[in-house]
Amino acid sequence: MRFKFSNLMLGLGLAFLYIPMLILIIYSFNESRLVTVWAGFSTKWYASLLENEKLLEAVGKSLQIAFFSATGAVVLGTLAAFVLARFKGFKGSTLLRGMLTAPLVMPEVITGLSLLLLFVAMAQAIGWPEQRGMLTIWLAHTTFCTAYVAVVVGSRLTEMDMSVEEAAQDLGATPVKVFFNITLPIIAPALISGWLLAFTLSLDDLVIASFVSGPGSTTLPMVVFSSVRLGVSPEINALAAIIIGIVSLLVFASWFYARRVERARLKDIQAMKNG
Amino acid sequence: MTLKHISTGPSEVLVELEALSKSFDGHVAVRGVNLQFYQGEIFALLGGSGCGKSTLLRMLAGFEKPSGGRILLNGQDIAHIPPYKRPFNMMFQSYALFPHMTVEQNIAYGLKQDKLSKTEIDKTVTEMLKLVHMEAYRTRKPSQLSGGQRQRVALARSLAKHPKLLLLDEPMGALDKKLRGEMQLELVDIIKQVGVTCVMVTHDQEEAMTMADRIGVMNAGEILQIGSPHDIYEYPNCRYVADFIGEVNLFEGRILEEEPAYVIIEVPNLERPIYIDHGISGPGGTRPVGVAVRPEKMRMSAEQPDEQYNWGKGIIDDLAYLGQHSIYHVKMSDGKFVQITQTNDKRRETPFELEQEIFLSWNPDACVVLEK
Ligand SMILES: Nc1ncnc2c1ncn2[C@@H]1O[C@H](COP(=O)(O)OP(=O)(O)O)[C@@H](O)[C@H]1O
Ligand SMILES: [Mg+2]
Repeated sequence: MRFKFSNLMLGLGLAFLYIPMLILIIYSFNESRLVTVWAGFSTKWYASLLENEKLLEAVGKSLQIAFFSATGAVVLGTLAAFVLARFKGFKGSTLLRGMLTAPLVMPEVITGLSLLLLFVAMAQAIGWPEQRGMLTIWLAHTTFCTAYVAVVVGSRLTEMDMSVEEAAQDLGATPVKVFFNITLPIIAPALISGWLLAFTLSLDDLVIASFVSGPGSTTLPMVVFSSVRLGVSPEINALAAIIIGIVSLLVFASWFYARRVERARLKDIQAMKNG
Repeated sequence: MTLKHISTGPSEVLVELEALSKSFDGHVAVRGVNLQFYQGEIFALLGGSGCGKSTLLRMLAGFEKPSGGRILLNGQDIAHIPPYKRPFNMMFQSYALFPHMTVEQNIAYGLKQDKLSKTEIDKTVTEMLKLVHMEAYRTRKPSQLSGGQRQRVALARSLAKHPKLLLLDEPMGALDKKLRGEMQLELVDIIKQVGVTCVMVTHDQEEAMTMADRIGVMNAGEILQIGSPHDIYEYPNCRYVADFIGEVNLFEGRILEEEPAYVIIEVPNLERPIYIDHGISGPGGTRPVGVAVRPEKMRMSAEQPDEQYNWGKGIIDDLAYLGQHSIYHVKMSDGKFVQITQTNDKRRETPFELEQEIFLSWNPDACVVLEK
């Protein structure tokens, strides 16, 4: 029996996951405007994509927002995770922990709506933010991405040997110095994965952004979503194909990096055994 | 190789603990400990798991704030000085080396905090590497070192700042058994060479006895006895210490006669009362006491001893011939077991056998009376 049942299921599962993407990519090279009819190979949709300024502008805005949201979320999330992991048992720590992880399970509609109400109320009360736009989307994305970063960084912090930090203090470094000299370098990989996670989450978000965006601040998912409602244009297929290509490249690069780190580690262990 | 530092004359007190205690949310981990550490000695805190020895050490290092009492360094209370300002350094049980730094950077880290010049730092690092015989590993990362090598680096790092007090938490805890014996002696060698005062924590009595000048036996957050390894083994002051350090046979009995020059104690499961050739301090009167006799201080014979005191009868229940010596488990008339070790310095014509009825005896000076 060459094909086992489990292999068959694996194949079916993978097909289920990847065939839609494959079809999408194939049809991005379709000559016809109709998404469902194949009319020959063409790259014209890629060319017209490059001329679609509205779409390109949205891509630029989304990348910008994703970059700043991820960066902000890493700073806030790391601080929150550090406080929760290292100063256990202070008053309200359980509450803070719960509050920090709540956005993970909160329906996006509710997060989006409540943030919208907050921004409206703030605009009325203190006049800031004056109007909704990039700034409010950035604030909103930083807020919900912080929760994800805190979880990723927090788990690394709890598995890290705390005596390493104590040793640094013991050798004369103040707690602030210990954080920058010792803790940060050790948890750096978690910061990077947290940043990447936040970046993708922000890039991907439609619901929250729709609530808190304003005139002139349309993100990529919003453009895609609204244009799809008018009928799917093969331009969108082309854009999606490009995004899939970039994401695959990133995934491959991170896998390659992780493999190199692992190899180096194994080599270290080998070298150690050999004396 | 000098094994032990023999202190001559009265030493200076370096650090003194006064009624030091620590509780975690109502759970008392250290209970009113009074202790003095002398200049240049190696002091071992010895006790079972959870007895509070690490907590005591961490209070010395400054990682735990005492709930009560004082820590005096040359007479000044340092209990509230944070760890990064204390002239004490600690070697952690896990070694806690900085994984992202090389051996050299690890050792230099503490010196850098003191803003020393690069040449000074380099000089000290080289000196320390030489001290622990790790010159060849200067640029390696901790992940490229074996357990024993990591320990050497950790030691070098904690000695680099020339601390007034070196703290060791279970120094051999992360090493395999084979390495332990060698490292114990080498560690003592290095510490004595540097001349630093050292407080170590261990649950391993052999390790404490090998390495320390003085031992403090701890249980349930309290120090039960302080003394040299010899004193603690030969003259335990309570049942816990007698039982914790080495093997011991405890006989429970009552005082029959108590005079300044001798004491006679009746023990129900022995054929004859116990006679001790010196007086004991105690409240006086007939009272229940324990008598401790070490297995190697007992004799075994097939013939009944003619002495009036200090012997009993039993049956060999188990025996192990180990070449140099043999260990016998003897079942007494009341079903309790007594352990005896006999050096095989002479060949016996007729070796003792299982189920054989034998007599145990010991000298009056082999016994220690335990009131607690
Ligand atoms: N940070 C802490 N919080 C609460 N309890 C603790 C803490 N550290 C130690 N303890 C408790 O104090 C007691 C003594 O612990 P410890 O000093 O680590 O013992 P040892 O090192 O002798 O095994 C234990 O019962 C332990 O559970
Ligand atoms: Mg401990």
